[in-house]
Amino acid sequence: MICVQNINKYFHRGSVNEVHGIRDLSIDIEQGDFITIIGSNGAGKSTFLSCLAGTHAVNSGTIGVHGTDVTHWPEYKRARLIGRVFQDPLKGTCANGTIAQNMALALKRGKPRGLGRGVKVTDLDLFRRRLQVLGLGLESRLRDRVGLLSGGQRQALTMVMATLVRPDLLLLDEHTAALDPKTAAQMLELTRTIVTDNGLTTLMVTHNMHQALNLGNRLIMMHQGRIILDARADEKSSLTVEALLHKFHTQGEGDISDRMLLNTSRPMHA
Amino acid sequence: MTLYAFLGALEQGFLYGIMALGVYLTFRILDFPDLTVDGSLPLGASVCAVTVTSGHSPYLALTLATLAGFLAGAATAILNTKLKILHLLASILTMISLYSINIRIMDGPNVALLGAPSILTDLEKTGLPLHVLSPLCFFVVATSVMAVLIWFLHTEFGQAMLATGDNRHMITALGVNTDNVIIIGVGLSNALVACSGALIAQNQGAADVNMGVGTIVAGLASVILGETICGAPTIARTCAAVLAGSLVYRIAIALALSFKLGDFALTPSDLNLITAFLVILALTSPMLKRRLAR
Repeated sequence: MICVQNINKYFHRGSVNEVHGIRDLSIDIEQGDFITIIGSNGAGKSTFLSCLAGTHAVNSGTIGVHGTDVTHWPEYKRARLIGRVFQDPLKGTCANGTIAQNMALALKRGKPRGLGRGVKVTDLDLFRRRLQVLGLGLESRLRDRVGLLSGGQRQALTMVMATLVRPDLLLLDEHTAALDPKTAAQMLELTRTIVTDNGLTTLMVTHNMHQALNLGNRLIMMHQGRIILDARADEKSSLTVEALLHKFHTQGEGDISDRMLLNTSRPMHA
Repeated sequence: MTLYAFLGALEQGFLYGIMALGVYLTFRILDFPDLTVDGSLPLGASVCAVTVTSGHSPYLALTLATLAGFLAGAATAILNTKLKILHLLASILTMISLYSINIRIMDGPNVALLGAPSILTDLEKTGLPLHVLSPLCFFVVATSVMAVLIWFLHTEFGQAMLATGDNRHMITALGVNTDNVIIIGVGLSNALVACSGALIAQNQGAADVNMGVGTIVAGLASVILGETICGAPTIARTCAAVLAGSLVYRIAIALALSFKLGDFALTPSDLNLITAFLVILALTSPMLKRRLAR
């Protein structure tokens, strides 16, 4: 469904600070794939997601979605196909808008925006139903400013907004990393529910190996801008944290981050 | 202050209030500090003056002035979004260009409009004295503009504009081309400023290339005074606050200019100092209030 062929991404190209962020990366993402992505700091995980979303233009290679070449589509145009949740909970919502206004903006993702009413009374029911799934009581606070919500609540709202209009591809960029452990666990459960209930094609970057192993049907390990492991279905379910660490040591020339090591201990609420 | 001076201040408040609403649109909604307004106010006046003196209707003049203002704002926004020039610098470039352009339009530094028809000409037949008619008429115009702006900011596109100023990441990820929103937003803002300039020219009977000096400061003063006095909990309330801020600003200036202490009196050349003082007062008053409450 999504076909990425030999993409390369450089930063500061031609200067002494040149970084080759993504190296000849190719991958076919099937309809309904839930892929978790792990890798050390600077492996290119977030850069890869940004290349898919169009935030970064690739220097070479092609990206196709359903047979359409979207390589040169700007970010806002790709948003028709892609829903996103960022690491920073403040990035995915408008603090000065109400919950209803934010939901209404998300309902128009990838559609033309005209002079019709921004928040339509007829949509409020839909908003309430979608927010009810969160179990956070947000459905009764539609007129509250989003700036009043906690980071976890804002991230949950972002998740609902990203999937309010069914995306062809859902990109989750370490979307639980900035949350406290309990909220992160709830967020993860919500992710599992929304993604599996709707059969969404999803890419999720994480620093937590247990998350990567427990969620999804496919696991990708990245290192220095390349995919060094692509485990599907059975191969993925037979993977263990130890096996992943071993892979890191052999393929990754031993440089795994402290954060990665810390995350190998079993999380409290997972 | 005499009643006559008070009515004059109200009239000025409503006229410049339209400009202040434009400044609010860029400064607060789009988070785009826009100095173009110092050029687009006289641009509106110039276009209006030339259209009226060449024998066309004052309403057509108003429309053309508003369109010219939109183009000036769009030019600034294109410099910023497409050519990646810093917003502040982009607006200064358009502003200084407009100085030359305005002189070209008027074929000189000013055009007199004394005796020329204005939008008040038809209304004078009602028999109301001009010093009552004129603030009344501009009250209707300013509040209508405010109502349209409030309606616009609640539309799908208006909401996208609010989000563009608030969180560009988010609204881009939701499929909005923020460059276009900024071009239209800054364009609309300057359309309002030019419309205000055109009305001012009709009202004072002249257009002058230097009449725009300090527009941005007066606009900001109105926005900040209004928000401080009336609060800004909702869009509608804030728009009303901006208009009220413009009235307060003009009344404060009228009061200051009528101030006399022995031989000492403030003159129109002290306006900038008075404005700066008012803005500082408005900006610091919430802090002072909190200090006093403790």
